[in-house]
This record gives sequence, structure tokens and C-alpha cells, in this order.
Amino acid sequence: MSDVALELASITKRFGRLTALDGASLQARRGTVHALLGENGAGKTTLMRIAFGMLRPDSGSIAVDGTDRSFASPADAIAAGIGMVHQHFTLVPAMTVAENIALGGRGSFRPTQVREAILALSARTGLAVDPSARIEDLPAGAQQRVEILKALSRDTRILILDEPTAVLTPTESRELLQKARELVSNGGTAILITHKLRDALEFADDITVLRRGSTVWSGRASEATEETLVAAMLGGERTGAEMQRVTAIATDRNATVLSLENVSVRDDGGVERLRSVTLAVHAGEIVGIAAVEGNGQRELLRVLAGRMRVTSGDVRIPAVVGFIPEDRHRDALIQDFSLRDNVALLGASTRRGVMSWAAIGRQTRELIRDYDVRAPDDLTRARSLSGGNQQKLVVGREIEGSQTALVAENPSRGLDVQATAAVHARILAARDAGMAVVIYSSDLDEVLALAERVVVVHAGKVTEPPREYESIGRAMLGLPVS
Amino acid sequence: MTETMAFVVDMLLHATPLVITGLAVALAFRAGVWNIGADGQFIAGATAAAWVGVSVPAGIGWLALIIALIAGVIAGAIWAAIAAWLRSRFGVLEVISTIMLNFIATYGASFLVRGPLQEPTHVYPQTSGIVSGAHIPILLGGTRLHWGFVIAVALAVAAWWVMKYSATGFRVRASGVNPFAARSAGLIDVSRVTAFAFVTSGAIAGMAGAIEVSGVTFALYENISPGYGYTAIAVALLAGLNPLGVIGTGILFGALETAAGAMQRNIGIPSTTASVIEAIVILAVIAIAQLRTNRVTTSA
Repeated sequence: MSDVALELASITKRFGRLTALDGASLQARRGTVHALLGENGAGKTTLMRIAFGMLRPDSGSIAVDGTDRSFASPADAIAAGIGMVHQHFTLVPAMTVAENIALGGRGSFRPTQVREAILALSARTGLAVDPSARIEDLPAGAQQRVEILKALSRDTRILILDEPTAVLTPTESRELLQKARELVSNGGTAILITHKLRDALEFADDITVLRRGSTVWSGRASEATEETLVAAMLGGERTGAEMQRVTAIATDRNATVLSLENVSVRDDGGVERLRSVTLAVHAGEIVGIAAVEGNGQRELLRVLAGRMRVTSGDVRIPAVVGFIPEDRHRDALIQDFSLRDNVALLGASTRRGVMSWAAIGRQTRELIRDYDVRAPDDLTRARSLSGGNQQKLVVGREIEGSQTALVAENPSRGLDVQATAAVHARILAARDAGMAVVIYSSDLDEVLALAERVVVVHAGKVTEPPREYESIGRAMLGLPVS
Repeated sequence: MTETMAFVVDMLLHATPLVITGLAVALAFRAGVWNIGADGQFIAGATAAAWVGVSVPAGIGWLALIIALIAGVIAGAIWAAIAAWLRSRFGVLEVISTIMLNFIATYGASFLVRGPLQEPTHVYPQTSGIVSGAHIPILLGGTRLHWGFVIAVALAVAAWWVMKYSATGFRVRASGVNPFAARSAGLIDVSRVTAFAFVTSGAIAGMAGAIEVSGVTFALYENISPGYGYTAIAVALLAGLNPLGVIGTGILFGALETAAGAMQRNIGIPSTTASVIEAIVILAVIAIAQLRTNRVTTSA
């Protein structure tokens, strides 16, 4: 038997015209913790879903313990000794720990037997749970222990953990990662999906870095440094050819359009999402936001767009700010409404009396024409349009609706190359027309391709490092910028 | 009067409260508010109208009717507002709260007609008759058919127009279909819009109750509603939540209930048959709606 527990070789996976994985490979050795690193959207979860049989690869091979395998479903993967703990828990809140662990098993449910098995497993692994507790009464850390026990209860030798620390406090995270190390000491394998460099360096034996669906780095953690991993994750090895497209920073700034002073935002749970942020965006400039997911960029964008109230601080923005949210289906469009009705959302809060459908219809047809939306007419349902055409309509509506300021969040998410280019061209044209533009993308290249200034949000604080890969990358991860 | 004619009159009499409560439910559902409480709001409206009808002096003439209808509207609105407030303040699901409020309304009305509002002889669990000024005028001479049916149809047309052409109607529709986009892209204050639709829905159901008292019963009885507010859900869903469609489906259910009585009297078919048919219609509607959703999902 070989030393490799799980081998994924040259895996390619396409969703429609989108290539999620492009020849990605990974080798996880027996008795090790293997970290799978990458930015949001790099394909980490997709690759692991393929390993767990949830998705089938378009090409490439999977081998467990040196034997080629083909998984038709997670059941096959489980039979082959693979377990996966998803980022979003898959437990039934109203059921007990024992019931959840037994769920999906074979044969009849014998409560005492299950209970004893759980207690034995719990003692062996040191993952403490109360089998009779209800899931809904447990904190996130305990729920995760249940998920792990559930996976381990099926003779799992290869355990995949998808962003396991995302829901945990720092102390819980360390405990969990420590536990993962212990679990592999008797020959098991743990694969840890993460975008936290330090977790990977500290707790993993091996590291694989994915970027845009391809494996760009793999090796021993002991051979890796923060610098090499940042460069691999963000693609810093490339010369800034794409940056050339951006005009130099104007020396004399135009008027300030969007301005935040000492703005703080607390979420409903009391967690501070933005800490005393001060930021000014001027007419005719694009300010890029770079951040690792969950650092407050979501709140910052919504405050700038006038879509979120602040806890304290001073916000000065125009009455109408165009906003392109990342979740187009949920936040930007009403899928069951016609294009005309979706355009009518513009200013819907202040309209009085009778809707001027004729005028709104005319406006919609102009948007369809000017923004190259491929749709038969303005009464077509939004649902029937492709993602690219939906987005073109949204971009047009938001730019024409404001004319002074535009905030865009992952504006090219899920779009193919052509649609992305069209959306970028529109955003640049809006800037040229004098709009103040803020753009966030989880792909740093996209930010750098469009924005002349880049600010970084990390842990709710905003900084403006020198505009180059290395510094921005370090600032995004909260490392000191040299 | 021919028997057919009598049947049509009865059918339209039955249809009147169903059309109006059906509109109330359709409006709420369009706004994404699951108002299962049209029955309670109906009873609240009926109670208020009856209370006005027995309290005002006979001398004020037709003003009594106006006041009774307004009282019904306000009572229905308040009954819905309780659930709307519980929803916005404590996050109580309106499905639960409105059903509970239905029971409170039913037993509250029971208490009133056996207590404070009981007719003077204290024999029957009902109020005295309302003053004649509070009676809705008869539409068709020689029958019991009153102008309430015309009000119901006019209300349906008005609701259809408001939903389709007014800015308010657009905000309600947008908030109901996708509150996230309504908030983010439309900057609509969704919770305010839905609360408004909820209270308006209650007001309409309350009006149905007032019209029933002022047009048909002329007093408040125990069990004044044989479940109109529940049948209204089927009426609204079968109409695809379209106010104009509610006229048709309200009449259909009115016909079913009228025919049930006639069939029992004339040929001994149990009136529960009509309930069975209603249930089948409701199940068919749910099945069709589900099939449609599935088709949309698989094609998307």
C-alpha cells in the first residue's frame, strides 16, 4: 500500500461556461493533516465535494489508498472511508445528538446502543458530547464536534473539514485544530479547507494551494513561508500587466462624493463589524476594496451604498447611490417580475400615486438597448435571462439611476469572460463620466484591474497599503506591511 | 320567483363574505404575510358593527349603516394589527398568532352575546336586532340579495387596480415576492409595507363581517362565521391571488355551499359532500401550484 491516502489527479469541473476546477491535484498522505488553501472562489470546496462524491468531475481521477475510485454519491465515498464536515452544518436542530449521528445509518435505531457507541467514540477521540442533548441547544463548537463524531462513526479514515474554524471562537479553533492533529496520529488523514494561512502553517503537515481552480503550490508546511503562500494564493508572481490599464492617480482630487468618518457598525449579535472607518471617495475615481471574506467589507459596501445604518460615526453620501450586490438573484432582481418591473424598483420607495408604466417601459427598453441586454422585450421575465444579461440590466439600472455614485460587490461573480468584460467596461465608463465608484471583488486581480486606489479591510479596520500585490496581500491577512 | 332564481340569490349571498374575505387573504398573501386570521378579523368586524347597530339611536337613519361599516373596518384592522405588532416586535409568526386570534375572536363574541351584548330577555345567545338604519338596502326586490355583493365586486376591482397600477401596490407586490430585492434594489421599507398590507387585509375582512351583520343577520350570533375566513384562503389561492379572480372563485365556493344545503333538503345527499368537494379543490390547487413550481425549478 502506498503512503498516499487520497489522491486527486488533474480534476476538471465545469458549471456551464464557468470552469470551477482546471486540472487541480492533491495528494494527502496517511497520518497527516493536509491544508487546502485558496481565496474565496478558488475551487477548494468544489474539489472536496468531488472527493466526497457530491459532484462528479468532468475529467481526472480519484484514488483512495492507491486504488482508483469513482463515486456516484456520498454513500460511495463514505463506504471508501471518506467523511466530510461541511461549512454549514447538516444537523437536524430539533433532534438529539444521538439521533443525528444515527441518522443515515443502516438498520434499526437502538437508542441505548447508539448512545454507548457515541460515548465510546467520544472517549476515544476526546470529543466531548452529550448524546441526549438537542442540537438546537448546543453552541456552534459543540455542534461541530457532533458533525465530526458523525463523520467518524462510519469508520472514516479520511476526514475533510470545510472551513471548520469559520464559526468558532479563536480558542475553540485552536482546540479543534489540535484535535485534528491528534486524530491523524494513528494513521488517519485530515484535510482542512481554509483560507487562514497561519492555521495551515501551524497545524498542517502538507499544504496545497488552489488558485482559480488549479493547484499552484503544494509541499510540506515546513518548507512554506507566509510569503510563498500569499504569492501563490493571490498570484503575486505575475507582473502587474493588468494594472497598466488603470490610469495614474490624479494629483488634484475632484470633489468628495462618498465620505465616512469614524464609522462603526455592530451587527445584531453585538459584534463590531466596522471599527472607526474613515474613507473618502471622489468623483471620477474607482476605489477598490480588498478583503478576505468576513472582515467587514460587506458592511462597508452597504454603508457606502446607503443600505445599512451605522452604529456611530458620520456618513455623507448622495440621496441615491447605485448598488450592485453580489447576490444578484436575491438582492438585485425579482426573478418572477418582468424586466420593466425590475427597473421600476428604482426609486420605488418614493414613488407616489399611479405607476407610470409607459415611461418605465420606455426607460427599460432604452436600458436593454444601451447596455446590450439580450432580451426580447421589456416584459420578459428576469428569470429567463442569462446571468450576464441580468447583470447588465442591473448595472445599467444602478448607473443610470444614480449618475453620481456606484458601489459594486463582486460584479462579475458567475459571469463568463464576455459578460465580465462588458460589466467592467460599463464601470470604467461610469468613472469616466464622473461617478464616484467603489468596487469590491474577492478576486484581487479584478480589484487591481479596475481601481486606481485600493483600500484593505481587515478585522473591521480600513488601511490603504501601497498599491501592489505583496503589500495588499499582507494587509488582507493582517500581517505587517513592510 | 323560480327555484333557479332563488338559488342564484342564495349563491350570491353566500359569495359576498367569501369574496371580501378572499380579497383580504389575497392582499396579505401577495405581501408575503400569511394571514390565516381573516376569520377572527371577520368576527371582530361583525361584533363591532352589531354593537354600533344596537347602540345608536334609531333617529340617525342611514348614518347608522355608515358608522357600523366603519366600525367593522376599524375592528378588523385592529385585530390584524395585534398580529402585525407581535410579528414586528417579537418576531411571532403570523400563521400562529392569527389562528390564535381567531379563537379569541370566536370565544370573545360568544362571551359578548351571552353577556354584555345579549338581547334583553336573556334567552338566546345573540344581540338584539340592529336599528333599521343600519340595514344594507336590498339590491333585488323580493329577495334577500343586498348591495353588499356589489360592494364586494367593486372592492375586488379596486384592489386589482391598486395592485396593478399604484405605487403602493407595486411596493406590496415587490415586498411579498422578494423582500431582499425590494429592500436592497428598491430601498423599500419592507416591514412597514407588509405591516400596512396586513392591517389593510384585516380591515377588509372586518368589513366583510360588518356587511354580513348589516346585510344578512341583522344581529350578532354565536358562530356568525361558518369558517368564511378559512374558506377565504382557498378562494384566494384558487384565484391565484388575483383580486378579479377572487370574484369568480368566491362565487364558486358560494355555489358549492348553497348547493350543499339544497341537495341535502331535496335528495338527501349529505351536505358534507360539499366540504369534500371543497377539500378536493384545495388539494388540487396545492398540487397544481407545486407542479408548476417544480417545472420552473427544473427548467431554471
